[in-house]
Amino acid sequence: MKKRALVIVMLITSVLSLTACGSGSGGKNGEVVVYNWGEYIDPDVLTAFEEETGIHVIYDEFETNEIMYPKVEAGASAYDVVCPSDYMIRKMIDNDLLAPLDFDKIPNARKYIGAQYFEQSREFDPTGEYSIPYCWGTVGILYNKTMVDEPVDSWDILWNEKYADNILMQDSVRDAFMVALKRSGASMNSLDEAELQAAKDALIAQKPLVQAYVIDQVRDKMIGGEAALGVIYSGEAIYTQRENPDLEYVIPAEGTNVWIDSWVIPKNAPNRENAEKFIDYMCRPDIALKNFEYITYSTPNEGARELIEDADIKNSPIAFPDLSQYDNLETFSYLGEEGDSLYNELWKEVKSE
Amino acid sequence: MNKKTLAFPYVLWAAAFIVIPLCMVFYYGMTDTTGAFTLENIITIATAEHAKALLLSIELSFVSTLICFLLAYPLAMILTNMNVSQHSFIVLIFILPMWMNFLLRTLAWQTLLEKTGVINSILGFLHLPALEIINTPGAIVLGMVYNFLPFMVLPIYNALTKIDNNVINAARDLGANGVQTFFRVTLPLSVPGIISGVTMVFIPALTTFVISTLLGGSKILLIGNVIEQEFTQTGNWHLGSGLSIVLMIFIIVNMVIEAISDREGEHTSL
Repeated sequence: MKKRALVIVMLITSVLSLTACGSGSGGKNGEVVVYNWGEYIDPDVLTAFEEETGIHVIYDEFETNEIMYPKVEAGASAYDVVCPSDYMIRKMIDNDLLAPLDFDKIPNARKYIGAQYFEQSREFDPTGEYSIPYCWGTVGILYNKTMVDEPVDSWDILWNEKYADNILMQDSVRDAFMVALKRSGASMNSLDEAELQAAKDALIAQKPLVQAYVIDQVRDKMIGGEAALGVIYSGEAIYTQRENPDLEYVIPAEGTNVWIDSWVIPKNAPNRENAEKFIDYMCRPDIALKNFEYITYSTPNEGARELIEDADIKNSPIAFPDLSQYDNLETFSYLGEEGDSLYNELWKEVKSE
Repeated sequence: MNKKTLAFPYVLWAAAFIVIPLCMVFYYGMTDTTGAFTLENIITIATAEHAKALLLSIELSFVSTLICFLLAYPLAMILTNMNVSQHSFIVLIFILPMWMNFLLRTLAWQTLLEKTGVINSILGFLHLPALEIINTPGAIVLGMVYNFLPFMVLPIYNALTKIDNNVINAARDLGANGVQTFFRVTLPLSVPGIISGVTMVFIPALTTFVISTLLGGSKILLIGNVIEQEFTQTGNWHLGSGLSIVLMIFIIVNMVIEAISDREGEHTSL
């Protein structure tokens, strides 16, 4: 009898605490669950959004697309808004994880986001109904002018023995292979066995020269003068230059990756309306500008770019490169399960060498 | 309330966070993406990359364990010979860093060892040659020894303090010299401490992936890194679980060997 009473007490308390969670956490207009890259938004923007709309934001972060995907796929934690990159959006569309967007409810998107970015998005979102660009950029070489005395204009310099132990590579499959494939003139979406083997051999040959394979740490290590050359995302370049004026960013002549991170709404989003309000808010020029100033990743928001006061930044070739001068830029495309596992296999061989 | 009811929360805890996850690892490890039974995930340990990572992990954790032992044993002996106020101070010094997060301490080593790091700045100032250890297996061993040394010191120290001084005095009375007393009395009596110390250093060293990522610059692939990558990057939980099972087998073998030698140790000590 005593035992049963205990169980009942436990049940009641757990039910109470559950309902407390359910009703207590929402704002007066409900909530929106956002899943974004780490360090990829100005935290003040979230507070401002909550104050303006009365919608409580539950904010969650991921480090790579690959970490994000299984969480959204499993659906255990239902997100309302997610911000994946190009090829991953394609994978999510293919696997029927995304809901088409209602652009009438997100009027700021068409109004302020440059049409060319929607056009570029067609590479991974062919019908253009699933994604709204949030940030974009290129991948290039960041180098320290005091440590590199020759012109940097080619991926080849990352194989130059002069800079042994002074090179930082990206610790992610697609980015590392992009460098090797582009250097050899191949497509970074190649599925050609011979091209990929050659790229693998090139990466293995490069390995003794590489100081470390890192992701976020490229930024700090380059600022600290720990390495001479590093492969980096353009958005980080502006920040690093601000901290260390000796650093310079280039897009190699062989071409590179033009990437876009876009807002999407998963199919199982519980708060669709709030998700649309959130995306619309992010597309407002003043908000996009705040985010740009905080994270320094290029914004596709033309309205925000107009508002930038510093002309150097507004016309910066790093933040807003004139892409028409390159004819070999590409966007990652989803390679399918088999393609993915082929790349992963080869990358493992490189890493275990 | 009898003892069983008191144990209930623990049983619930063990089931939810140990037994069920373990079953899931075995389920994933022994099935493929379609859910059909397969041993392939476990057999892949024989492929060149996986076997190499496993052997390297074993080698590095063996070296670290050995270094930990060689450092810890004399230290533990010194501690036992100190008076109470002195030794509790030294023990505190060893435990104090453990109050800080393991990840932060390893990151701190990265800052210390870097090319432009603290140690090299000091060496450069003194016009001494730079220390080039970061991103090498040496740095990983250093990180392992630093992080796991307290786990070796404390059990050995506990074992040594339990040895009755009269036993040692008796040995000396019966004509054994210092070296003989050490090898025939002190060392055999401290074997249980050594064994738990070795287990507590070897197993975390074998499975680590953080130390090798931070201090090895992701250039050195240990078996822990392979498994971590399968879960976070590749998203192949089946392969990750299969390799985890292999690692579990190694750990169990290690523990069985230790349990056996532990029992033998008890016999000799009787």
